[in-house]
Amino acid sequence: MGLLTVTSPHAHGPQSVTRVMRAVLLATLPGVAVMTYFFGPGTLLNIIAGGLVALALEGLVMRLRQRQAGPYLRDYSVLVTSTLLCIALPAYTPWWIVAVGVASSVLLGKHVFGGLGYNPFNPAMVGYVVLLISFPVQMSAWPAPRGLAEVPSLGDSFVAFFQANQYDGITMATPLDLLRQNQGELMSELTSSRAQFGALAGVGWEWINIAFLAGGLWLLYQRIFTWHAPVAMLAALTLSALLGYDGGSSTSGGPVMVHLLSGATIFGAFFIITDPVSSAVSNRGRLIFGAAIGVLVYLIRAFGNYPDALAFAVLIMNFAAPFIDHYTQPRVYGQGDKR
Amino acid sequence: MRKIHDIHGGIHPPERKALSRPGELQTPPMPGRLVLPLSQHIGKPAQPVVAVGDQVLGGQLIAEAEGPVSVPVHAPTSGTITAVDRFAIPHASGLEDCCVEIAPDGTDRWVELNGIDDYRAFEPSELVSLARNAGIAGMGGAGFPTAVKLMAREGRSIDTVIINGTECEPYITADDTIMQCQPREIVLGAQMLAYIVGAEHIVIGVEDNKPTAFAAMRDAASGIDNRIEVVSFPTKYPSGGEKQLIEILTGKQVPSGGLPSDIGILCNNPGTAVAIYEAIANGRPLTRRIVTLTGEALQNPGNFEAMLGTPISHLLDAAGYRAEQNNRLIHGGPMMGFALHSADIPIIKTTNCILAPTEQELPTPAPAQPCIRCGMCAEACPAELLPQQLYWFARAKDNDSLEQHNLFDCIECGACSWVCPSQIPLVQYYRAGKAAINEARQEKVRSDRSRARFEARQERVEREAAEREAKRAQRKAAAQRKAEGSDGEDPVKAAIARAKARKQAEESTE
Ligand code: SF4
Ligand code: SF4
Repeated sequence: MGLLTVTSPHAHGPQSVTRVMRAVLLATLPGVAVMTYFFGPGTLLNIIAGGLVALALEGLVMRLRQRQAGPYLRDYSVLVTSTLLCIALPAYTPWWIVAVGVASSVLLGKHVFGGLGYNPFNPAMVGYVVLLISFPVQMSAWPAPRGLAEVPSLGDSFVAFFQANQYDGITMATPLDLLRQNQGELMSELTSSRAQFGALAGVGWEWINIAFLAGGLWLLYQRIFTWHAPVAMLAALTLSALLGYDGGSSTSGGPVMVHLLSGATIFGAFFIITDPVSSAVSNRGRLIFGAAIGVLVYLIRAFGNYPDALAFAVLIMNFAAPFIDHYTQPRVYGQGDKR
Repeated sequence: MRKIHDIHGGIHPPERKALSRPGELQTPPMPGRLVLPLSQHIGKPAQPVVAVGDQVLGGQLIAEAEGPVSVPVHAPTSGTITAVDRFAIPHASGLEDCCVEIAPDGTDRWVELNGIDDYRAFEPSELVSLARNAGIAGMGGAGFPTAVKLMAREGRSIDTVIINGTECEPYITADDTIMQCQPREIVLGAQMLAYIVGAEHIVIGVEDNKPTAFAAMRDAASGIDNRIEVVSFPTKYPSGGEKQLIEILTGKQVPSGGLPSDIGILCNNPGTAVAIYEAIANGRPLTRRIVTLTGEALQNPGNFEAMLGTPISHLLDAAGYRAEQNNRLIHGGPMMGFALHSADIPIIKTTNCILAPTEQELPTPAPAQPCIRCGMCAEACPAELLPQQLYWFARAKDNDSLEQHNLFDCIECGACSWVCPSQIPLVQYYRAGKAAINEARQEKVRSDRSRARFEARQERVEREAAEREAKRAQRKAAAQRKAEGSDGEDPVKAAIARAKARKQAEESTE
């Protein structure tokens, strides 16, 4: 009769790695759309090119490891990695930098450790940090957002993409750059005198962050991850910024809203630190993990040398995740109250 | 109103219960043979008291309990004993075990049954032995001997009897059906259980996807006994796990490694309550049960009141089995049942469901992908474990970490595997892990025992050597005394020498 004799459970739910990864990709769409609106098609180009490089590399590695490449390419996980990295890159990064970044993410961030599921560090952030250290100039060349300058056309974008060295369009310090470079101005002076500051945070950036928030909330609703890490990170960042605001003095760490809605804050909270593989496992662990990233992001922004701090904060906490796990084993049914 | 508590985790798999039309009970045709395993319960197998060629009547004892944790077996109908031998039994690994085979004669003649009218006139212990003699083992899950659960235990009193009418496994409607068809017997059985253990409360818990059964139970209970509460609570898998149901209904948790009786609770299945009622009120032993036959490979799925020992193939035929569409045969439900190796296996006291799905319905599992540590399994786990960590440890065969992460609190409900996007057969790893740890523990007991034996032997050898040595010393002393020609001259000296020899002997045994 040829009966299957597998063990229970015999039923399986609808969830699959492919569905999870596809949901993450879909959820980036609002954010990417708003980025494209404010900065032009650069980010889109990066995502597409980065994705191609990522797929090619993944296929190659799987060939080398003598596995079937098909299932690994179809699960979208490598596309998630490359897409998240490309979103974090400045919109008009030259192609070869994109390629180096994606290669670092896929090879150094993931396959060196044994592939999907085995990477202790967030692969997108590994790629980002490699680029930030190797190409600091290009990595801080953010174009000026719509409203402050002309947005490049598709043609310009291609030109910029294939340029040899660095973006020669109009670049502009981001709000976080301005905070870091601030020399003795009161917060109120700074935010009112610079065109980059908008109603809530930075022009363009505030909307980009809000769009990523929408995508992130949708993922939360889809139960792709739990609320613990993002909420903890945003709460910790808010608290740190409040403590460091110092009444808006010239040595202030900057307004809370600017911290929350600038740079990679929201994108990081919902798309980067929620990477399950490299974060803490229990809910309590994820609270700690997220909160620590929030504090680190603030500290690096306020006192460090890098304009945005997310990548470093995430990598540091990736490193700490196993220790967090060790100390946050959840209380088990019937084991009494030892929470 | 009783407060309903929520449990951690849980899932909502498709229920598929309407397929087997709960509430309609069919009787299959008389099978050509019955195969009754002597071990349909947890504990020692029963001992056969019949031989090949014997004629038996329905209800006649054919195998008696062996010791206190064992359950007797009775003939479900009249016929001839045709074999006492090893046959395949319902088991995940296709085991064979000792069984009694009966060829029914078709007349269904029974022994005379003597029930008792007023159970309250009897001592609880007398009722417990009625339950024991009726061959009752838990009919919902593992088949623990019911009489053992009922026996009074030092320092533990039961205040609540719970009747577990949750039936949270998808597909299965056997309890739903018995609650609709025999609610009165369930209530009476529950009252008897409460009388036996001296409980003050009776709670009948029904998931809210069974409104007809709930109404039937409520109507049966109302006006009979105001200690009885019939409670409905939200459907969620695995609310019917004993520990989970206890938390839902009482808010209390059974301590890890403990029993419900540790917190004053006795939990039984509706089928078991009916069996208790039948045993006490009618003197009828447990020889039949309701089995759900379901799945899309059956033309006529439904609930069948089947004699224990009926071959599954016989029931499948009665339900319109289309073997060519069936991809696996499951004993139990899709979440916790096990796959059978063939249909030539009898149903037993714990068989609540035979599921014959098509490939489309329950597809062959996809190859597992790596764990992405998404934590969905931990969100789903009713025992609040970290299934992904257990998985890593199980793969690494790290038994210490497995125990530290409370592997033994896993109830093998399968919720984690069900949600896992990487389709990892997690429960399989936990079963293997538990088996390995149990094996290691037994190994340790064995080696402790043989070490103890070795040490005892060593000690004996040394002691004997020392005794020989002491005797020789004594002889030597005596010879010396003789040589000195002062036999008995100095008793003090002699005593000292004796004491010395004794001391020496003692030292050398140490
Ligand atoms: S659900 Fe599966 S993939 Fe996700 S953490 Fe658990 S075991 Fe890993
Ligand atoms: S099978 Fe075990 S680990 Fe998995 S959800 Fe159930 S209790 Fe938790």
